[in-house]
Amino acid sequence: MRHILSLLMENEAGALSRVAGLFSARGFNIESLTVAPTEDPSVSRMTLVTGGSEAMVEQIHKQLNKLVDVIKVVDLNDYRHIERELMLIKVLANVSARDEVKRMVDIFRGRIIDVTENIFTIEMTGSGEKLDAFIEALDEKLIMEVVRSGVSGISRGDKAIQS
Amino acid sequence: MAKSKEILRGAEIFCRALKDEGVKHLFGYPGGAVLHIYDELYKQKDVEHILVRHEQGATHAADGYARATGKPGVVLVTSGPGATNAVTGIATAYMDSIPLVVFTGQVPTNMIGNDAFQEVDSIGITRPCVKHNFLVKDVKDLAATIKKAFYVATSGRPGPVVVDIPKDVTADSCEYEYPKEVEMRSYKPVVKGHPGQIKKAVKLIMSAKRPMIYSGGGVILGEASKELNDFTKILGYPITNTLMGLGAYQATDKQFIGMLGMHGTYEANMAMHHCDVLIAVGARFDDRVTGDLEKFCPKAKIVHIDVDPSSIAKNVPVDVPIVGDVKHVLKDLIAMIKAEITKPDTKVLEPWWKQIGEWAAVDCLKYDRESTVIKPQYVIEKLWELTKGDAFITSDVGQHQMWAAQYYKFDKPRRWINSGGLGTMGFGLPAALGVKLAHPDETVCCISGEASLVMCIQELSTCLQYDTPVKIISLNNRYMGMVRQWQEFFYSSRYSHSYMDSLPDFVKLAESFGHIGIRVEQTADVEDALKEALSYKDRTVLMDVITDQTENVYPMIANGKGHHEMQLSPNSNTEQRELA
Repeated sequence: MRHILSLLMENEAGALSRVAGLFSARGFNIESLTVAPTEDPSVSRMTLVTGGSEAMVEQIHKQLNKLVDVIKVVDLNDYRHIERELMLIKVLANVSARDEVKRMVDIFRGRIIDVTENIFTIEMTGSGEKLDAFIEALDEKLIMEVVRSGVSGISRGDKAIQS
Repeated sequence: MAKSKEILRGAEIFCRALKDEGVKHLFGYPGGAVLHIYDELYKQKDVEHILVRHEQGATHAADGYARATGKPGVVLVTSGPGATNAVTGIATAYMDSIPLVVFTGQVPTNMIGNDAFQEVDSIGITRPCVKHNFLVKDVKDLAATIKKAFYVATSGRPGPVVVDIPKDVTADSCEYEYPKEVEMRSYKPVVKGHPGQIKKAVKLIMSAKRPMIYSGGGVILGEASKELNDFTKILGYPITNTLMGLGAYQATDKQFIGMLGMHGTYEANMAMHHCDVLIAVGARFDDRVTGDLEKFCPKAKIVHIDVDPSSIAKNVPVDVPIVGDVKHVLKDLIAMIKAEITKPDTKVLEPWWKQIGEWAAVDCLKYDRESTVIKPQYVIEKLWELTKGDAFITSDVGQHQMWAAQYYKFDKPRRWINSGGLGTMGFGLPAALGVKLAHPDETVCCISGEASLVMCIQELSTCLQYDTPVKIISLNNRYMGMVRQWQEFFYSSRYSHSYMDSLPDFVKLAESFGHIGIRVEQTADVEDALKEALSYKDRTVLMDVITDQTENVYPMIANGKGHHEMQLSPNSNTEQRELA
C-alpha cells in the first residue's frame, strides 16, 4: 500500500543522502521524495512516498526514526491529510489542438503559463492521482515533457507535525 | 572573576577532548592529514597512542578493547587510504553494535571535492556502516562534535561513529570548552520499557509450559548479565545464548542448554522449535540463528526485549514487543514476577526439562577423543580446562570460531570476543591486542586458523612494541575450513581455491616478529604445549597446531532448514523429530 511519510530532520549537509542511502541499502521502495527547509532554518522537511507490505512500511518507519539526524517521522496515512503535487507539463498545441488542450486545462483547473506558436506550458497542482488523470486525458502524442515535484503532504485540522 | 577560556588549536582541542572524555588508549596510524594532531600527541602524556601496522588493525584492536571493557574504542587514521583501510573494522563494529569513535583526517576544507591527494569521501564511504558520522568544518564545532560522537557511540544501541576532521580545522584556533552534557533533539534513546507491555509479558511468561529464553549480544552490551541470570533462575526456565551472547549467562549452569543456531546444540535448537513461549532478550533474530523463517518456532508466542525498535518484528512477528534498555526491562520484569502471587510451577516444567534432557543425551558435541591426529575440538577443550574457563578469548572467522563457541564454556560476559555479524577474518589478533591493553593482568588467547591469522598478521609487531603478550592458538588444517566444509557438503567436494598452499613456517614467522613459536603435531603433545605457551606470562606465543584436515563443524542446520532439522554427524540423516 502507498504511504506518505513526513520527516523532520536536522538541516545538515548529507541529510538527504542518509535517507536515500537507507532506502537503497535496505531495498525499500521510494516513489517520490521532496526536501526543503521549514520555518525553522535548522530543520528540513522531507516528504517521502513509499510502498510495500505493512511489515515493510513499519520497518521503513523504524529505520528512518533510527537515523540520528531525524527528529520526527509521521505516516500521514495515520491522519486525515491533504496531499499536493506540482506538475509542469509541456504540450504540443498547434491550431487544431489548441482549444481541446485549453478545455482540458480548465477542467483540471490548471494554468497555462507559457505559450509559443505550437506549445503550451501548463502548471497544475493536485493529488498525484489528479495529475495522473490529466496526463491520461491528454493525447499521448501531444506530451513533450513532464516535470513533477513529488508529493507534499500535510495533516488536516489542528494537528501539526513540529519539531 | 570567571577564568577566561583557553584559546587552543584544533589539534590541541582534539587531545584535550580525548583526555576530558577519559580516553586512555588511542589506536592509530599517522599520515599527512593528521600530522598536526600527531604533533600534539607527541607533546602530551594523557592518552597512550598505539601504533598499529595497518588501519584495519587499529579498528579491530579498538573494537576488542571496547568489547572487553564496555568503554568506547578510539581510533585515529589519516585521510584517503587510512580511512578506507579502517572501513572493514568499522563495519565489523557496526554489525555487532560495538561503540567506536573513529577519527579520520581529511584534506583541508578548501580542497574537499577537488580530488586532492589522499582525498576520499569518508563520510559517504562510511555512511552505511556507522551509527552516525560527522564532518567538522569549523574548529568551533570540534569539541562539541567529539562529545556528541562519544555520546552517540555509547548510548542506546551502541555503534561506531566516524568524525572526519579536515587538516585546516586542526590548525585553526578557538576557545576550548568541553561540554559536560549533550542534548540532541533528534536522538533520544529509550531506556525504560512500557509498563503495560511488561505486565503483558509477565502474564505470558508465567503461563508457559514449554518456555525458552533466548538471549543475545544486547545483554552484554547493556551490562545486564546479572539481571539475566537472576531472571532465568527465578523462573527456572531453560536458556540459550546466541554466538554474540555467550557469557551473558553462566555456561556451566544447569539451566544453560548451549548456543543455538546453525552450529548450536541439538537441545537448544530442538527446544526453540518446540517451545510455547519464547523470551528473546537483546537478540535480533539473525538468519544464522533462526534457520528457515517459515519453520521458526512454530508453536511459540514471542516476547522480544530490545533497545532498538527496528530490531523488533524485523524478521519474525512478535506478540509482546518491549522497547527499552535490557537491564531496566529485566529489572522491572523481575520485580513484577516476584510480586506475582502465582510462582513459576516447577511441576509444569518437569516434562519439558525431561524432554530437553533426552535431547541433551544425544551428546551432539561428541567427537573422536581417541584420534592421534589432533582434533581441533580437543585443543579448545584443553584450553578451557587449563585456563579454568576464565581467559579472554578472541577469534577469527570460520570453523575454529564455531568450535571455540561450542567448546569453551564462558561463564562471564565480555570474555568471548568475535566478529559475529560481519564475520571478519583477520579480526582475532588485533582484537586480542586491544583486549590485552585493557586487561594487562588477564590471560588473553586468540583462537584462529592459519587462513584468518595471516590476514592481520602484521599486528604481531604491535604486540611486541606495546608488550601485549597474547597467546595465539592457530588451528592449522591447511584449508579455509568453513569454505572447505561447505564445498564438501554442497559442491560435491570440489575444493575450489580453499586450500592454503605455500604457507609460511609459522614458528619462524613468530620468531622473526620477536615472539615464541610452538608447533604441535600430536594429540599427546597438545596439553603440554598449551601449558608451556600459557607459562610465558610476558611473551606473545604463536601456536601452530596441525589439526585434522577433514574435521567438520557439527551439529549443523543447513540453509533452508529449520531448528528441528539438524544434521548431527557425517553419517546421520537430517533429523526430524516431533514431540509426540
